[in-house]
Amino acid sequence: MELFIAQILTGLANASSLFLVACGLSLIFGVTRIVNFAHGSLYMIGAYTGYTLMQVLPGAIGFWAAIALSGVVVGIVGVLIEILVLRPVYKAPELFQLVATFGVILVIQDVALLLFGPEDLLGPRAPGLRGVVRIMGEPVPKYDIALLVITPIVALVLWYLMTKTRVGVLVRAATQDREMVGALGVNQAWLFTGVFALGSALAGLGGALQLPKGGADLLMDFNILAPVFVVVVIGGMGSLPGAYLAAIIISVLNVFGVTYLPQSTLVLMFVVMIVVLMFRPYGLFGREEVAGEHGQVGEPERPIKPASFRVRLVTSIMLLALAFLPLLGSTYLLVFLTDILIFCLFAASLHFLLGTGGLVSFGHAAYFGGGAYVAALLITYSDTPMELTFVLAPIGAGLVALVIGWLCLRLTGVYFAMLTLAFAQLVWSLVFQWGTVTGGDDGLVNIWPAVWLKPTVIYFYFALIFSVCGILLMRHVQHSPFGYALRAARDSQRQAEATGIDTRRIQLIAFGFAGFMGGIAGALFVFSKGSVFPNELEIARSFDALIVVFLGGVKTLAGGVVGAGFFKGLEETLLRFEYWRLLMGLLIIFIVIAAPEGIVGSLRKVGEHLGLKKAKDQ
Amino acid sequence: MTQSVLETRNLSKSFGAIKAVDDVSFALQKGELLALIGPNGAGKSTCFNMLMGQLKETSGQVFLHGEKITGLLPRQIWRKGVGRTFQITATYSSMTVIENVQMALLSHHREIMRFLPYATRRHHPEALDLLDMVHMADQADRHCAVLAYGDLKRMELAIALAHNPSVLLMDEPTAGMAPKERVALMQLTAQIVDNFGVSVLFTEHDMDVVFGNAHRIMVLNRGSLIAEGSAEDIRNNPLVQDVYLGGGSVFGADEEVLDA
Ligand SMILES: Nc1ncnc2c1ncn2[C@@H]1O[C@H](COP(=O)(O)OP(=O)(O)O)[C@@H](O)[C@H]1O
Ligand SMILES: [Mg+2]
Repeated sequence: MELFIAQILTGLANASSLFLVACGLSLIFGVTRIVNFAHGSLYMIGAYTGYTLMQVLPGAIGFWAAIALSGVVVGIVGVLIEILVLRPVYKAPELFQLVATFGVILVIQDVALLLFGPEDLLGPRAPGLRGVVRIMGEPVPKYDIALLVITPIVALVLWYLMTKTRVGVLVRAATQDREMVGALGVNQAWLFTGVFALGSALAGLGGALQLPKGGADLLMDFNILAPVFVVVVIGGMGSLPGAYLAAIIISVLNVFGVTYLPQSTLVLMFVVMIVVLMFRPYGLFGREEVAGEHGQVGEPERPIKPASFRVRLVTSIMLLALAFLPLLGSTYLLVFLTDILIFCLFAASLHFLLGTGGLVSFGHAAYFGGGAYVAALLITYSDTPMELTFVLAPIGAGLVALVIGWLCLRLTGVYFAMLTLAFAQLVWSLVFQWGTVTGGDDGLVNIWPAVWLKPTVIYFYFALIFSVCGILLMRHVQHSPFGYALRAARDSQRQAEATGIDTRRIQLIAFGFAGFMGGIAGALFVFSKGSVFPNELEIARSFDALIVVFLGGVKTLAGGVVGAGFFKGLEETLLRFEYWRLLMGLLIIFIVIAAPEGIVGSLRKVGEHLGLKKAKDQ
Repeated sequence: MTQSVLETRNLSKSFGAIKAVDDVSFALQKGELLALIGPNGAGKSTCFNMLMGQLKETSGQVFLHGEKITGLLPRQIWRKGVGRTFQITATYSSMTVIENVQMALLSHHREIMRFLPYATRRHHPEALDLLDMVHMADQADRHCAVLAYGDLKRMELAIALAHNPSVLLMDEPTAGMAPKERVALMQLTAQIVDNFGVSVLFTEHDMDVVFGNAHRIMVLNRGSLIAEGSAEDIRNNPLVQDVYLGGGSVFGADEEVLDA
């Protein structure tokens, strides 16, 4: 019993940072409808800023002042991000906003590295709160007690701000109905900026407050993202009480998990989320999202056409050229090209879902990594011939996709996107924590192809054939009645359902198919590298694919492939610089703002402008 | 008595305390062009959405050729031969005009689950015939996102006719159109009724559009049917006059209301 109480107290104390970060995210989403993926980065800046300030400000007063100042500093950073990056993309589809905030993540990672160095920093203890107090004989850190007091106070202040002040009333009004606020004569732009500042400041506070319990390192931005998303999804997007309750549930559960089920703490969190969503799809306190017809913001997508003779000719020539590249005799080049081919297939599979299906999946790495792991597990634990694993791995990935898709397709829009991400994280945490089977962080090694496939040249041709056939197959499906039905479901679910099309079933099959194709890429990957690690399932891998699709152009058929080739080439070039993330991040932000049509879309526009191609409506 | 094509019995729908549709019973006969009119908020769209399976009724039943269809999904009802157009157009904005129609044909011929190209070549002549019926054949290959609103409406009509329906439901088919276009669209609809024997139920808040073409008119007010009969009957019905005049909308007033 005593231990039980002590653990609950620890859980409540741990909830503190989680709540602050989550409610910041929730607040920003409620008003601006932007899911700020860079929120973890703001949390990280808060931690580093707090640490730095604590070094110069002395004593207990200095400590607490440092925490408060961190909030202020991060708030200002938030204002800068909002004005420079987000303002231009408020009206853009969710994907654009995601990609923009992902650019911010990359920039902040390198800026943090530049300013604070690569070492993990151990957080300083709070002056005057170093020891423990005994509660019913159990030791509880004094700092935990402080957090137990602080969090409800912050929550109350926020509650007061939201319910009793004019600003709060406006913010809540904006959460309900954004047009109305405009009608009230409030400058909407500055309201957004203000809310973004407040949300950012909360993240910064969260980062600084957890210093004595944790510290500051360069991975905390991604590490906090999954729990925060889980909290926000469980609590309901835009709901502060929801965020509070969910943060407590997750934190307390986590503490008990560490004690009783140490192998599954991460998994537990996602299981709770799934259970909640089964009964309350919009979270405990969330309201139903009224989804418009899918993401058709901006210019509507153009009709697709079977490739013209010219396009086929050019593509064939390029493929032929690719096939002759081994003659150059560079092993390095071949390995690099194989990487690109695999990545193209992976990106194309996401593009199929996202472009044709309008299904913004944020967790596509689950199928790529999933395929890779299925193959690796089969090789490691059974004597499955390699040839057979190339069949079974995609099937495994496809099945995972079907299950995840079935659960996620109950929701739409942002909720759908966050759920796909959360499920991908579930897969990741399963692999990460089930070390006895999956090797955990050490991954699975010695996964080599059969002897006939070992030579780099042969593997290159193998990957070439699989990728090209896979991509062509997806293109064919896009032109098939099924592909049209998928687009119909995206363009107008209402009309599609009213003309006999079971849109959810279509989307589910598309989900499974895209997962299957991603699984092929994963299998190709694992045999080309000889090993697989959990980072193939990570958020960052999903984001790579999203960015690629985006760079290439969502509303074009070739977008995924072109973007992948471009991205890999760029990465290869930029990786030579120490601060390549910074450059990449800035480039991404630039493209989001300046060329939102992507490479293929922009080229098409330029072509039309020059009169090389026929304009869209002859 | 001959069996009616579509029939409702005591159909009701409440949203909380609001009785949007209150005990509505009527029957649509074969080859009939039946109008359901009433001021805005009378419950016309709600009634339609129940007929189409989009909304679950609070009580009452709907019968299609004597078979109960209440509780079925929109796509199931469509398969049974009921077509519809929407008050606010719902089209596949990334497709050409003819592809929009072909989509419905693909579904009708149960070819959605085919994974080989090219969808755009399937049922092409049939789709062209449908477009011809609504005088849109010359625009078949245009991107539907660039069409004028009136053309979109006609395209929707072609889509609704794709599976050769026995019943066509049209919710405010002329909403958002210019007055001249409205009359033209209703005449087109009347022609289709004559030529193909399809039965049409449509709603409208503008009475002028109705009087010219409808075979029979029902008036809905605050969820209840208050009158039914020929154009002449309705025009002279004091109760109806009261609803329209007293309700603020003047007879034949050409105001435009775009409610959902
Ligand atoms: N989803 C809904 N929730 C609550 N009330 C609704 C809903 N849909 C319609 N109503 C109400 O039902 C009544 C009838 O609406 P509607 O059927 O749209 O009328 P009409 O199409 O005749 O203009 C109105 O009072 C409207 O406010
Ligand atoms: Mg209506």
